[in-house]
Amino acid sequence: MDLLSTRKLDAYYGDSQVLFGVDFEIERGEIAALVGANGAGKSTLLKTVCGLLRAPREAVRFAGEPIGGLAPGRIVRRGIALVPEGRRLFPSLSAEENLMMGGYVKRAGPWKLDSVYRLFPRLQQRRAHPAASLSGGEQQMVAIGRALMSNPQLLICDELSLGLAPVVVKEIYQALEQVCRDGVTAVIVEQDVAVAQRVSRRLYCMQEGRITLHGLSSELTRERISRAYFGV
Amino acid sequence: MLSFLDTLVQGVLLGGLYALFALGQSLLFGVMRLTNTAHGDFIILSAFVAWSLAVVTGSPWLALIVLLPLAFAGGYLLQRLVLNGTIGKDPMRSLVVTFGLAIVIQNVLQQIYTADPRSIDSGGLNTATFQLAEGFSIGALPLLIFAAALALTVGLQLLFDRTDLGRAFRAVSDDREAAELMGLDHRHVYALATGIAFLVVAFAGTLHGMKTTVSATDGPSLLLYAFEAVIIGGMGSFYGTLVGGMLLGVTQDIGFRIDPGWGIWTGHVVFLGALLLRPSGLFPRTR
Ligand SMILES: Nc1ncnc2c1ncn2[C@@H]1O[C@H](COP(=O)(O)OP(=O)(O)OP(=O)(O)O)[C@@H](O)[C@H]1O
Ligand SMILES: [Mg+2]
Repeated sequence: MDLLSTRKLDAYYGDSQVLFGVDFEIERGEIAALVGANGAGKSTLLKTVCGLLRAPREAVRFAGEPIGGLAPGRIVRRGIALVPEGRRLFPSLSAEENLMMGGYVKRAGPWKLDSVYRLFPRLQQRRAHPAASLSGGEQQMVAIGRALMSNPQLLICDELSLGLAPVVVKEIYQALEQVCRDGVTAVIVEQDVAVAQRVSRRLYCMQEGRITLHGLSSELTRERISRAYFGV
Repeated sequence: MLSFLDTLVQGVLLGGLYALFALGQSLLFGVMRLTNTAHGDFIILSAFVAWSLAVVTGSPWLALIVLLPLAFAGGYLLQRLVLNGTIGKDPMRSLVVTFGLAIVIQNVLQQIYTADPRSIDSGGLNTATFQLAEGFSIGALPLLIFAAALALTVGLQLLFDRTDLGRAFRAVSDDREAAELMGLDHRHVYALATGIAFLVVAFAGTLHGMKTTVSATDGPSLLLYAFEAVIIGGMGSFYGTLVGGMLLGVTQDIGFRIDPGWGIWTGHVVFLGALLLRPSGLFPRTR
């Protein structure tokens, strides 16, 4: 059964409609990738799932229950955590304090400070530094660790690789794959289609607020993807 | 020399009172960038409530003990029911609403307590002094007020820096939406901050009412001192607020010794000077 699904989901910023009837499904235990050009509506879809934008109750279902329109705090308590676009760390808090904020909802599970530091050993030395003083890669690690601290069933990552060097991107995706092997389901938004296709089992392409292509990543050709992506 | 020392000490002690006025406002600035223009009126309100409670209980200290939980609950509910609705991109709404509250408080106090000034009976504490040298003595009550200001400053700073609640305060202040993604309810967090700020307001009102006479329309001038102390010290730092209060106290006292008419406005001049030289305050929050 699907862990998360949206059914004919529309989303708006004020009066302007950004999502048009989006059907999006992800099964437990897989990584799904969402690709699309700038402004396609990828972040909007993720924000709607996390409760930052309103949706009709039945339009979003998680673990068999409707969650559309619940407040972000209710949704994180049910087990969905977001690594937001641009990371959105608390700049004046230390790295460790940021992680602790992620653990504010005390869901049971394996993720604690220790396990985050085992996943990202570099953070252990930087734990007392203000988040604003960390490198981009370290900040992204804190953002992922902070989301994991709520022990989510579903981890949603918006543009993990933004502004990071290729080696760091590789390190971060290796960590993500390890997390998912341990039982977490993930949705990633990724600009680099090759990376998205390699990491994911299922892939969605989005264009101007609509899903234009979806299927198993291994079965989609680059040509079809780029046609769905750029609309040519 | 002795008179210089005397000026300095009296000024510092006076600064403790100003810090007490300012700490609550400093907390609200730090957590939600809220300027509560009724802050001084809430101090006066709590002075009058403490006055009534002292009449009933027979002791200013019992009055304070009864007042503290009332103040916390009042602050929490005020934020939850009124102020949360005014916080947003436009600071005008909260300014207008708190300005309205200030006027309501002043009028209600005048109705209930008339325009006569009154003072909380401190059982002689307000006249007790310690003689340190010939012509140099310090009052027991100013010393106590200073000690309270110091303790509350350190307490608030520790709360802010070291506790789970303080971390939540800073997180919500940094990025409210991200904090909501972590499951925090900012309306509750803001209300807790205001509840705590009103605990300080209760201390400030009670001690101020013991030290001197208060009347219903004193609020705005207390707000001014509080505001100046917060700005001089730097927003978001309680130690800064304490130092800001002391600086204000000392300059007022120096001005007062030069000419009794000068006291208050030398304080304002120093505030303006500090604003020009260090617009972000002496201890801007750097972390
Ligand atoms: N807060 C907002 N208010 C109004 N319109 C917005 C807002 N955020 C995004 N939009 C608009 O919604 C559309 C979709 O934006 P969205 O951020 O979801 O795109 P995206 O696919 O994540 O793009 P990117 O790759 O640049 O992150 C865009 O046209 C954008 O201009
Ligand atoms: Mg985006």
